[in-house]
Amino acid sequence: MNIHEYQAKEVLRDYGVTTQPGHVFETIESFETYARKEIRDRVVIKAQVHAGGRGLAGGVKLASTADEAIDIAKALFGKQLVTHQTDHTGLPIHKLYLEPACEIEREFYLSMLVDRKTATIVLVASREGGMSIEAVAAETPDAIAKLQIQPSLGIRPHHVRQVMQCFQLPTDQFQAMTALLNSLLACFMAKDVSLLELNPLVLTKDEQLVALDAKISFDDNALFRHREIKAFRDIAQEDAKEVEAGDDGLSYVSLDGEIGCLVNGAGLAMATMDAIHFAGGKPANFLDVGGSADAHHVKKALDIILRDSQVKGVLINIFGGIMQCDTIAEGLLRVLPTIERDLPFVVRLEGTNVERGRKMLEESPFDIHTANSLDEGAEKMIALTQ
Amino acid sequence: MAIWINDETRVIVQGITGKAAKYHTELMLGYGTKIVAGVTPGKGGEKVHGVPVYDTVLEAKTDTGANASVIYVPAPFAGDAIIEAIDAEMPLIVCITEHIPVMDMLKIKAYLCGKKSRLIGPNCPGIITPDQTKIGIMPGHVHRAGNIGIVSRSGTLTYEAVDAVTKAGLGQSTAVGIGGDPINGTNFIDVLSAFNEDAETEAVIMIGEIGGEAEETAAKWMKAYMKKPVVAFIAGKTAPAGKRMGHAGAIVSGGKGTVASKEAALADAGVSVVSRLSEIVPALLLKMQ
Repeated sequence: MNIHEYQAKEVLRDYGVTTQPGHVFETIESFETYARKEIRDRVVIKAQVHAGGRGLAGGVKLASTADEAIDIAKALFGKQLVTHQTDHTGLPIHKLYLEPACEIEREFYLSMLVDRKTATIVLVASREGGMSIEAVAAETPDAIAKLQIQPSLGIRPHHVRQVMQCFQLPTDQFQAMTALLNSLLACFMAKDVSLLELNPLVLTKDEQLVALDAKISFDDNALFRHREIKAFRDIAQEDAKEVEAGDDGLSYVSLDGEIGCLVNGAGLAMATMDAIHFAGGKPANFLDVGGSADAHHVKKALDIILRDSQVKGVLINIFGGIMQCDTIAEGLLRVLPTIERDLPFVVRLEGTNVERGRKMLEESPFDIHTANSLDEGAEKMIALTQ
Repeated sequence: MAIWINDETRVIVQGITGKAAKYHTELMLGYGTKIVAGVTPGKGGEKVHGVPVYDTVLEAKTDTGANASVIYVPAPFAGDAIIEAIDAEMPLIVCITEHIPVMDMLKIKAYLCGKKSRLIGPNCPGIITPDQTKIGIMPGHVHRAGNIGIVSRSGTLTYEAVDAVTKAGLGQSTAVGIGGDPINGTNFIDVLSAFNEDAETEAVIMIGEIGGEAEETAAKWMKAYMKKPVVAFIAGKTAPAGKRMGHAGAIVSGGKGTVASKEAALADAGVSVVSRLSEIVPALLLKMQ
């Protein structure tokens, strides 16, 4: 789960990380009232969306006066912000964050994430702050330091020295850097963070280390033990169909093709998308109904798939395994009369009682075609929709 | 032979009184798996399908001589169930549970180091040696004893591969699901090296998916050590970057974890890489000639 910058800073402040004192606004009226009363010096206005690259996309602006700030806020509120990390429709700006501008001496990059290969927490530091870390890695890899942190050992003095060396910081920053790294790791572990990124982390003119921007993503599987984090969720920043599917225990990802897919199992769902692609089509979605899907789940899944007007046909791929194919067919036949759109369905069933299941589908009054394998099913679907 | 489990493996079921565990205990018993005990804290003394239930893993193991455990405990408590099994020195621990927090697995992975246990999973279908024993949730009837070893990150794709092998008149020595999570107990190399040493396994099917570098790392290992023919299929060619595809570990991020990178590494290691499920068996037969 992603959260906004202002929320991430709130979390980090609890762990002793220094940030600028900021205010968040949800309406232009409250912004205007505050701005007229409080803005006397340079400020930064930052659009709160769940995506990076806000600066380049025009979502972060400087203002010197209240009038200037209000004009910027008016232009941003309610707008869709398109960055290199969003799709072409962008994300809605419902909240603005206002901070005093910072006197920056130098900018750095600092992040922590779980490294699956070494099963450790990796700390990534770069002396090229404010830039995308991928770009720095490609152009000046020497500017980056990568350290492995073993959770049971924590931050060691040599970790701090390596980060300081990477940043080319004077030794009198050792205490401050030690405190910062310890705070970040404590937050990372206690809150089940999957990615924590400060870009930039800055050294101010008065030699303070300040988290000027902050991004935190949390492990969805650990939200059950963090109610306070769950409360930060902003579903306006998420795909509405993905949210709805998730509420019903379905795993759904929206894509831009024309063949809807309904599959049991994540690996098989990916393989189904690939098979459609191989047969010359484009998948409209990823959808895993899960191992114990019943008629309710299938109905919900079809509802979500068919809401996409681009979908020209639906490929259903179920490896029954322990489930009975005739039971699956029965569920499907109960759902289909409730579907309003007239589309071809290709159904590939495998598992116990498969013959009976296929026969039930073929003899039904609906436009259902059966297939013996996934690849055959994908080919049939493409032939039917071209 | 086969790897890690056979008809003498004595299994306990952790979380046996739960709905899914009860159901799968019945199916495993039906398959012939020797389930000697179950564990649910507070339910000691009860019975599930005739299997005695204990309060702790240690008691169950001491009383019954179990040498494998399968975990169906819900995610918030599954990490602790794994640690309890490690502390009881259970030689093989198979964790079926999905949605365990990564931070729990990070700590467990470090804790496993130097211990006597092998952990398979989490978020996996389990492990089966056909006609001998099955420990997990896979459909037993599609399997058939034979000489093909199967290792996979995905449950349903394992069943697809198994089914194709069986339908071709071949069979499986052992099929292992290593799970779809970013951090797991047993990786591709652990399974591949066991198949390499197993006299009954003649060839191997490896099924991977997007995310991480496990396939690339395994390819490097195979290039140096693998003595048997391997066919690989990698799912997720059409998955968009930055999106998690169902499995917690299935995500292309920062340009890493793509199918292209995995396929290239595997091909370089002499593995026969196929891009469709229906090509797995033909490629296998070609490799085994």
